[in-house]
Amino acid sequence: MAKNVNPDREAAGRKGAHDRAVLTAQRTGCYIVLGILSFLCLFFFYILLINSTRAHAQIQQGFSFLPGKSFITNFKSLMANETIPVVRGLINSLIVAGGSAALSVYFSALTAYAIHAYEFKGKGAIFTFIMMIMVVPTQVSALGFIQLVGNLGLMNNFIPLIVPAIAAPVTFFFIKQYMDSVLPMELIEAARIDGAGEFRIFNQIVLPLMKPAIAVQAIFTFVSSWNNYFIPSLILNKAEMKTLPILIAQLRGADFLKFDMGQVYMMIAFSIFPVVIVYILLSKYIVGGVTAGSVKG
Amino acid sequence: MKKQKKLVSYAKWGYIFLIPFFTVFIIFNLIPLVSTFYNSFFENYEIGLIQVGPTPVGLENFKTIFTDGDLGKYFTNTMIMWALGFVPQMFFSLLLAVWFTNSRLRLKGTSFFKTVIYMPNLIMASAFAMLFFALFSDIGPVNNILARLGIGQYRFLAEVAGTRGLVAFMNFLMWTGNTTIILMSGIMGIDESLFEAARIDGASSWRIFWGITMPLLRPITAYVLITSLIGGLQMFDVPQILTNGGGSPDRTSMTLIMYLNKHLYSHNYGMAGALSVILFVVTGILSMIVYTYTMNNYDGSGSLSKKARAKRKAEKKQMREQKKESKAAQATSSQHA
Amino acid sequence: MTKKRFVSATMAAIFAASLVAGCGNGGGNNSSTTTAAKKSDGKVLNIYCWNDEFKQRYEKYYKNTPSDVKVNWVITPNDNNGYQNALDAALKKQDSAPADEKIDIFLIEADYALKYTDTEYALDVKNDIGLTDDDLKDQYSYTKEIVTSTDGKLKGVTWQATPGLFAYRRSIAKDVLGTDDPTEVQKALADWNKFNDVAKQASAKGYKMLSGYDDSYRTFSNNVSKPWVDAKTSKIQIDDNLMKWVDQTKTFTDEGYNNKTSLWSDGWNADQGSKGKVFGFFYSTWGINFTLLGNSLDKKEADGGKAEVGNGIFGDYAVCQGPQPYYWGGTWICAAKGTDNVDLVKDIMKTLTCDKTTMKQITTDTQDYTNTTSGMNEIANSDFKSDFLGGQNHIKLFAEVAPKINMKNMSSYDQGLNEEFQKAFKDYFDGKVTKDQALENFYKAALEKYPNLKK
Repeated sequence: MAKNVNPDREAAGRKGAHDRAVLTAQRTGCYIVLGILSFLCLFFFYILLINSTRAHAQIQQGFSFLPGKSFITNFKSLMANETIPVVRGLINSLIVAGGSAALSVYFSALTAYAIHAYEFKGKGAIFTFIMMIMVVPTQVSALGFIQLVGNLGLMNNFIPLIVPAIAAPVTFFFIKQYMDSVLPMELIEAARIDGAGEFRIFNQIVLPLMKPAIAVQAIFTFVSSWNNYFIPSLILNKAEMKTLPILIAQLRGADFLKFDMGQVYMMIAFSIFPVVIVYILLSKYIVGGVTAGSVKG
Repeated sequence: MKKQKKLVSYAKWGYIFLIPFFTVFIIFNLIPLVSTFYNSFFENYEIGLIQVGPTPVGLENFKTIFTDGDLGKYFTNTMIMWALGFVPQMFFSLLLAVWFTNSRLRLKGTSFFKTVIYMPNLIMASAFAMLFFALFSDIGPVNNILARLGIGQYRFLAEVAGTRGLVAFMNFLMWTGNTTIILMSGIMGIDESLFEAARIDGASSWRIFWGITMPLLRPITAYVLITSLIGGLQMFDVPQILTNGGGSPDRTSMTLIMYLNKHLYSHNYGMAGALSVILFVVTGILSMIVYTYTMNNYDGSGSLSKKARAKRKAEKKQMREQKKESKAAQATSSQHA
Repeated sequence: MTKKRFVSATMAAIFAASLVAGCGNGGGNNSSTTTAAKKSDGKVLNIYCWNDEFKQRYEKYYKNTPSDVKVNWVITPNDNNGYQNALDAALKKQDSAPADEKIDIFLIEADYALKYTDTEYALDVKNDIGLTDDDLKDQYSYTKEIVTSTDGKLKGVTWQATPGLFAYRRSIAKDVLGTDDPTEVQKALADWNKFNDVAKQASAKGYKMLSGYDDSYRTFSNNVSKPWVDAKTSKIQIDDNLMKWVDQTKTFTDEGYNNKTSLWSDGWNADQGSKGKVFGFFYSTWGINFTLLGNSLDKKEADGGKAEVGNGIFGDYAVCQGPQPYYWGGTWICAAKGTDNVDLVKDIMKTLTCDKTTMKQITTDTQDYTNTTSGMNEIANSDFKSDFLGGQNHIKLFAEVAPKINMKNMSSYDQGLNEEFQKAFKDYFDGKVTKDQALENFYKAALEKYPNLKK
């Protein structure tokens, strides 16, 4: 605000004052809307945390906005629960979600680059084809997918959960759109003249330029993989391979003696924590990308 | 001529870079998909551990779906719940994206808000649904408040409007941040000098929005619309968990994929396959209509920006050059780093 | 041209690769648990289950696991039918699976028991495994009926019995009926007509008879006169007792005799606490000492509250048999065809489900009601008293009810059809659809789940 010295505002005295008043009103409006939305968004995290501090019997009886005293008890009982290898699950989830995100953005960028930077026969057809794939609902081929995984002998293996991320049409489409707007062909040609190989150009020049788009899609892919339950639950059944959502489902399906909503909420809070960290780390790039784009010459 | 020849010599790299995508696609997507479609012509299911079929039945499965199924009803349900969530989602996302990228507003703490509005997407749909159950249950805090206000109890999950509203509200909360981020990246791609020019001409924010932002944002809007429409047609986990798979009341919140899921219970490859084919066709047609409609007459410019362009053509060109230079410089410097 | 050739070449390569991979899987054994001696079977005991309840019992009460046998627990949560899907897939591969990956034991629940016991995948406990009638004589007959195949073979055993009772609030009974004595209250609730009359009286005094729609469902569905599906015609048959449940619940809802909750919902749990105005709950063995007790306390044990009279409504509940006998819950142990550990499986079954000493120990330690008639009768005839139930000996009642349960009319469709039936009629109780429409919705859902059935 301090450095906000606008030349045309100084020029027009009274009009400027009026403008300022309008601007202040606008800003206030913005802050109110943003405030309400942010409250709604954070509210659910608050409730999750609150519930993780409450005991099973309390949660069962209904709702509370005030924390309970069972945070440590819940945490201890979760950690002591032998059949729920939380830490192992965390590592598994990190491998699956991290692997998917990395493969997805790298190969989507590579695919997008192939379409963006080269002229070859059938390029238009390939682009249309990839766009068509996007239309196929994932659940549609779930049965066939599981059958295939079984036939390939890949049950209880992370490969069928990570590798398919290479062919991610939505990620491809987004990066392709982004490339069209920020990647000048002149730059690539200049690098070629310098004698750089095609693969090197992609890795060392193109990828760094794509950072904001990659960060955005990396987050999206990471999060959806992290929270994915349906397919992993059909592929992983060995305790040491299970990801967090499967463990949560298992905890919720515990028998009456062990059923403990406090533990369930603690586990949910526990599983959200790493994603929040990854998100906040990567969101820097998004924010950074925004400022880089809006800075005027 | 020379240039084209040069490009042709690089063409093989285009194919090479496409290999990983298509290899993986063929193994993990195409094979299951083709087998799914193939199955639609068979009677093929399991009762317990007993396999029935596969027996070729031609188009019998499709006939069953169209004659005694409620496909139209589930399609309508899906579209209603999608639209109920998508309209406010698009409205707020656009609003926020414009605010966040508006260099005149200079809102403080935008990085905080940007971070926060995406966060509901981090919560698993099942965990989210658990919270909604508790919040909107008959004895939950929302009903407490309603009672205190003298409105009386509203049994959200026993009412059509209540259930559909909650599904839409959850989707709205989960996806607004995502859309905002995408729209923001689109707006960032618009040449800032266009806004400058329009502003100096005295155009109001309202006019700038409709004259420049919206027209130039069309490819991204199309992306958002299509991906969201596809996502909407695939809506599953939120209504599934919220209604315990039943799509209650009276199947008014049963979506197409929930219906598909019903057939997965008996591993009914035949019916599920037929439904998949129908879904595929419907999604394809709808996406095409949306794409053609949104991109209709798109020429990369808006009404206002045309005027501005004509007026400040020379200046703009200069600025563009500058921008490119600075970007190239940025690129080389990042290459060094 | 070039593109076509490229594509078909890749396709060919991929199919070849998947073929190789497919073959490789059948022949090779890449299990991490494999030991050197491949021929000597039975080094790994694979147990399929959906939670760790049995694991706890096994690890605590079964001490004879040979030192060279590794127990491998394959736990798949029940969500979205996940457990049965995983189990089905594994059973179908049982023949071709390497010895150490074959399922030895799998667990099932009553609602879908016949799905497995009516197939050859579950071994005959007597002829294949070798348990004798003498071993099994002390088990409650209903626990055997549930896992008896249509052709009369016993295919599973269980260590627990879960007979159900009606738990009522003493204070409310006194107000409504003028007595809280279990014998007197039982007289007033002895059949459904009487039960409905009491509901009316309770309502007049400002109480609810039941909390939700599905509280009484099991009591009706356990006492049907014919199975869900006619074996010959595959026709779905809706038993009169189920329609009685529909009519009763509709009346209760419209007259305000219930609170419109669902099992396990927050409202249902809250109704069991001191602020609840509900006359009583249908609960089986496990529910009373855990769920109901926990809900009755005002100051929860997590907050330092004690389970004693004075805290909430501890001591205000009592139990009686209720209008009809029923059970709720239970887990059965089955031996899988192809197991390479028959002797071990036999010993496990014998120890955990036939040995009175072990089972009485389980009851003492965990308050599980175990499947030993004589053992439970001993506890029933002791001076056992439950403070929570105001000094009542509820084990005695359980022991009286358990032999009365009759589960002869089961079908392999019970789980799926009972679920859909309750779901479909919820809309009717909520006033969203007519009775006919609800019935129509039920048939629709039923045929989606079981395409082989007929309306």
